[in-house]
Amino acid sequence: MKIHEYQAKEIFASYGIPVDKSIVCRTVDDAVKAYEMLDSQKVIVKAQVLTGGRGKAGGVKLAKDEMEMRKHTADILGMDIKGFVVDRVLIGQAVNIASEYYVSYIVDRSTKSTIMMLSKEGGMDIEEVARTTPEKIHKFVIDPMIGVPDYLAREAAFKLFDDINLVNQAVPIFQNLYKLFVEKDASLAEINPLVLTAEGKIMAIDAKMTFDDNALYRHPKIAALFEPTEEEKKEKNAKSKGFSYVNLGGEIGCMVNGAGLAMATMDMIKLYGGNPANFLDIGGSSNPTKVIEAMKLLLSDKNVKVVLINIFGGITRCDDVANGLLEAFNQIQTDIPIVIRLTGTNEKEGRALLQGTKFNVAETMGEAGKKAVELAR
Amino acid sequence: MSILINKDTRLIVQGITGRDGSFHATKMKAYGTNVVGGTSPGKAGENVEGIPVFNTVKDAVNETNANTSVIFVPAKFAKDAILEAADSGIKLIVCITEGVPTLDVVEAYHFVKSKGAQLIGPNCPGLISPEESMVGIMPTMIFKKGGTGVISRSGTLTYEVVYNLTASGMGQSTAIGVGGDPVVGLYYQELLEMFENDPETDSIALIGEIGGDAEERAAAYIKEHITKPVAVFIAGQQAPPGKQMGHAGAIISSGSGTAAEKIAAFEAVGVPVAKEPSEIPELLRSRIKK
Repeated sequence: MKIHEYQAKEIFASYGIPVDKSIVCRTVDDAVKAYEMLDSQKVIVKAQVLTGGRGKAGGVKLAKDEMEMRKHTADILGMDIKGFVVDRVLIGQAVNIASEYYVSYIVDRSTKSTIMMLSKEGGMDIEEVARTTPEKIHKFVIDPMIGVPDYLAREAAFKLFDDINLVNQAVPIFQNLYKLFVEKDASLAEINPLVLTAEGKIMAIDAKMTFDDNALYRHPKIAALFEPTEEEKKEKNAKSKGFSYVNLGGEIGCMVNGAGLAMATMDMIKLYGGNPANFLDIGGSSNPTKVIEAMKLLLSDKNVKVVLINIFGGITRCDDVANGLLEAFNQIQTDIPIVIRLTGTNEKEGRALLQGTKFNVAETMGEAGKKAVELAR
Repeated sequence: MSILINKDTRLIVQGITGRDGSFHATKMKAYGTNVVGGTSPGKAGENVEGIPVFNTVKDAVNETNANTSVIFVPAKFAKDAILEAADSGIKLIVCITEGVPTLDVVEAYHFVKSKGAQLIGPNCPGLISPEESMVGIMPTMIFKKGGTGVISRSGTLTYEVVYNLTASGMGQSTAIGVGGDPVVGLYYQELLEMFENDPETDSIALIGEIGGDAEERAAAYIKEHITKPVAVFIAGQQAPPGKQMGHAGAIISSGSGTAAEKIAAFEAVGVPVAKEPSEIPELLRSRIKK
């Protein structure tokens, strides 16, 4: 789950990480009030959207006086950045930047650890830096049993600064950023850029955080910050019923048990020349209630012309699955053709139960895929 | 032969009195797995289908000499269960639970490692050495003893591949679901090495998916260290970037972790990649040295 810059800065500040003084505003009037409170001639106006690339889209502007600030705020509010409409801007005191740095913590899959990443190439697209000049990124693997002791934070800080006074300023920032990363179950805590001001002060002038969805249950205050898009609302609704759902925009609706098999099913549809409408994992069991709910979800997508059901009957036997499907489809009225592929334990019995019904029964995944693509034409 | 589990496996089930724990404990026992006990704090003295229940893993290990544990506790207790197993001397810990916070796994993994034990999962279906032992939730009927080692990030897709292998007369030495989370225990490299060293394994099926770069690293490892034939299937070619596809770890982030990159990495080292799961048996069969 992502949160806005201004929300991440509030968390940073509560952990003692210096941030620029800024105020979130929803209207130009708010911005004028904020401008007075900030008491700074120059301010920066930044769009608050849950996507990257806002700078390139024109969502970040420096204003040299109140008039410019009004204009930029008016321009940015309502702006569409990659499908996100800006309804909030952050007005911040302009900082005299001497140099910019990058620092973040993420969970690294290969070391199965949290790692700290640092670079002198602050303010840039860090993925681009990693691709073109990987030697400019320093990585430190954190042992979860000891965290970030002083020596390690110092070692890291010396990668960015030569002056011991600056190193001593950076050390608690690195340690506190790790502390909040762990305590809030983040999957990313990033400062880009971390700046050294002309006055010699180190501070975060941007803040980015994403959180581990699996850990939100122990962070209700963070969970409450979730601002789902229309698509995410649909996905969240599906999740509450035990499904994983992602819309893909094609015409063949898929209902599959298991995430890997569900991905393989949509790939196969493409392989045979069709377009999957969605990814849908209905989970281990396939009882009638679940099938009915899943069908409702698929049929709510008006692009769907054919539904392909691909079930691997493992612990749940295929004959039970088939009876469940028959029961479910007694309650669903639809003219959309349905292809069913059942494999696993008692598959012959399962398929026999479905023969002579309105379903198109397939034996293999390939056969089911071809049939569904044909029917969608 | 097989890897990790066999006839000598002495298994305890953590969370044995829960709905999933008791159901699968019974299934594992019925398959012939040596299930020697289970744990559920406060329920010592009870039994589940004849399997004795203990309060703690230490009690269970002391009484039964268990060497392997499988975990069926809810996500918020999974880290504690892994720590308890490792601290009690269990050497192979298999965590089935889905939805465990990533940083819990990070901590638990490092603790397990410090105890000289091994972790499989979480968010995995477990593993099976056909006709010897099954630890987890796999549908045993589709497996057959044989020479193909199977490593997978997924559950039902593993079954799909195994089903195709068995149907074409190719049995399995051991099949392992490593788990669908970003951070899990044993992974491709360690398991490839075990299968390479297992005399009964004559070929390896590797089932990957989008997210991370473990497949790319596996391809590099195969090139350097694996002499047995390997065939691969990668799920998620149609997955859009930035969307989690069911598994917490199956996500293309910042344009990396795509199926195309993974497929290219295997093809670059001469490992064949199946277009659909049903092609795996033939890709292996044609390469197994007679």
